[in-house]
Amino acid sequence: MDSAILSLLGAFLLSIIGLFVFMWSMRKGLLVENPKAAAAIFASGEIGHTDDPALRPEQRAALQAAAGAPDPHIAHGPSAEELAERVAADASSRQPVLLFIAMACLWLLVGSVFGLTASLKLHMPDWLVGEAWQTFGRIRTMHLWGVLYGWITNAALGVILWLMPRLMRTPLVHGCWAMAGGVLINIAIACALLAFGAGWTAGMEYLEMPWQIGTLVVAGMACVIYSAYSTVAQRKAESLYVTSWYHLAAILWIALLFIVAKMPGVHYGVQQATTNWWYGHNVLGLWFTPVSVGIIYYFLPKIIARPIRSYNLSILGFWTLAFFYGQVGGHHLVGGPVPGWLITLSIVQSMMMIIPVAAFSINMAHTMWGRMHLVRYSPTLRFMMFGGVMYMLSSLQGSFEALRAVNQVTHFTHFTVAHAHLGAYGFVTMVLFGAIYFMMPRLLQREWPFPRLISLQFWLAAVGITIYFVGLTIGGWLQGEYMLDAAKPFMDSVAVTIPYLKSRSVGGALMLASHLVFVGHVLAMALRMGPARTEPAMFTSNPKMMELAHGE
Amino acid sequence: MENEVKLAAGAMVTLAAATAVLVVLPYIQVRDVSAPPGLKPYSAAELRGREVYIANGCVYCHSQQPRDKSFGPDAERGWGRASVPGDYVFDKPHLLGSMRTGPDLFNIGVRQPSKDWQLGHLYQPRAYVPGSIMPAYPFLFELKASAAPGDEVLKLPPDFAPKGQVVVAKPEALDLVKYLQALNHSYPVLPPEPAGAAAKPAAAPAS
Repeated sequence: MDSAILSLLGAFLLSIIGLFVFMWSMRKGLLVENPKAAAAIFASGEIGHTDDPALRPEQRAALQAAAGAPDPHIAHGPSAEELAERVAADASSRQPVLLFIAMACLWLLVGSVFGLTASLKLHMPDWLVGEAWQTFGRIRTMHLWGVLYGWITNAALGVILWLMPRLMRTPLVHGCWAMAGGVLINIAIACALLAFGAGWTAGMEYLEMPWQIGTLVVAGMACVIYSAYSTVAQRKAESLYVTSWYHLAAILWIALLFIVAKMPGVHYGVQQATTNWWYGHNVLGLWFTPVSVGIIYYFLPKIIARPIRSYNLSILGFWTLAFFYGQVGGHHLVGGPVPGWLITLSIVQSMMMIIPVAAFSINMAHTMWGRMHLVRYSPTLRFMMFGGVMYMLSSLQGSFEALRAVNQVTHFTHFTVAHAHLGAYGFVTMVLFGAIYFMMPRLLQREWPFPRLISLQFWLAAVGITIYFVGLTIGGWLQGEYMLDAAKPFMDSVAVTIPYLKSRSVGGALMLASHLVFVGHVLAMALRMGPARTEPAMFTSNPKMMELAHGE
Repeated sequence: MENEVKLAAGAMVTLAAATAVLVVLPYIQVRDVSAPPGLKPYSAAELRGREVYIANGCVYCHSQQPRDKSFGPDAERGWGRASVPGDYVFDKPHLLGSMRTGPDLFNIGVRQPSKDWQLGHLYQPRAYVPGSIMPAYPFLFELKASAAPGDEVLKLPPDFAPKGQVVVAKPEALDLVKYLQALNHSYPVLPPEPAGAAAKPAAAPAS
């Protein structure tokens, strides 16, 4: 059958099914707002009590004052019993979470040193060329794997495993399996970086890890999934909060994506290219994005002490993301030697991604309404909000970048690199920073020793990524315009980017500085440096809770 | 238990839909594509060279997929006709690339057939292309006081040749150059591969 008729028929059937699902959900009352589900992350009586463990006591008081006193009718202080449960939940996940966070910090430094090196090499091509492992093509791959899989994936798994028991109101089940998973995954990442340095690579972007090493990743993910789903099975919480929706789906998605894409001996030629980009985009869309969106859905309401405005909108965002995002990968091959229907489909789904992004953004804007000023008081909130706004921007940018007219200019240029960093750094990494700032005091039962460093780190990262993004976006666009102009020699498209490549190195250096501050701060906290803690990291004044919070 | 089972099942359905359209359908559509008559399989040396290309990440700066006229002046730049699925049947892994920090290399063997140029350019790109930002690859070469019999000695522009020494290409460099020289997709591909609409190459401007 002609592919055009086939796709029309497919679209028709899909709309009919969609209509029936809609009618069914109306009948079942699924679209009636559910404030109880939205409030699931709070202990009873907790709404109205702001919470940011990254703050010192006096700062915490300022945050609470700025947010207004809790309504005495609904908030009589959090229930001690439920808080005790939460403390127990936190304690149960401590070891695996600390393992993942420690490894994430290590890879963040390694990955960003390689990143800055690769960036410098693009405008200093004769620098560090003596050894094969130093060449751009290898350093760049080590950067990609260091930050994407080493940093983001480790940090993401750490936050997921920390939130899982909290959201399920039960201790983490099979935590030792999660630990084992972490060990396997990190051995694999270390092996991969060594392999790339030695020149052993599968040769496909985002899929460079040789499949032999990849088996370790699959085994590791299986362990983590086992622990997470066992915890869900034992839950005491009535329903799954939206964060868990995103997280439980995401860990399954990434594992399956990886297995399908790395299946040895199956993919070849052009089909391998479509699989490559199906995977490459879904790593962002079905792993980093749902993890980070889920994180924002937990931490942002938690800090400002107000449930998300619309629980339904968050669920709508989840299902539309799940459906549309999986099919956008083909837009990386616009104009390439692949079937036309595939490209068209991917472009359409890229535009459809506006729905989940709008659902998220509207929801968050409504939740934050009237409380935007709280970012002045809480650096953790600042990271979360920055990440949330960057999610909206990078995703909208991505949607329009898929359109042929835009893609024609931006494809094959640094513009795409800038876009990828807006998503992976501006959005995902910033959200992970925020989550770690919130988690660590609870994990280590310590205050952050130097709270000012949190602000310093935020600004270094924010200014760094801004310089990086703006410079490379302009440079990439010019590069694309020059390449499309047949009257200009190709070398002009190289020459025009040089100043912008230099600006990228400046931005990258700021980002690296920010990471040094961050990791240094985590290390200082782990080594119990800084002033002794005067209050428990728990915000309660209940003496029983203080005992519990001090722990052990 | 019901809740998370529904969730996981739904998540798997959406992923299956995505896998079907971006992995399985292209697989079905492309699996019967055969090599155009003009395309030769790689020789052993060329395959070794391809490995050097992959190991050093050349793909991160060079695409191997000239686009159609409606997508840019690739043909006018001498990069060749738009590529079709049949061009890649021997390519494993695919090296389509996603960047043009450097030019497309799908037909570099036609544009620069000279071994001397290719070797010298790998040793020091700026000796041949002023302003190039391609890294130099000195580790693919050896500096010797004098050439031994059988050595491939580079003929470099005087400004870039080391004083009193000769630059000799290592086997990796020679293999890589063989691969680059083999990148020649200038043969005709019309009419397209097997009969039937399924194999219609989308090199024609995607509608």
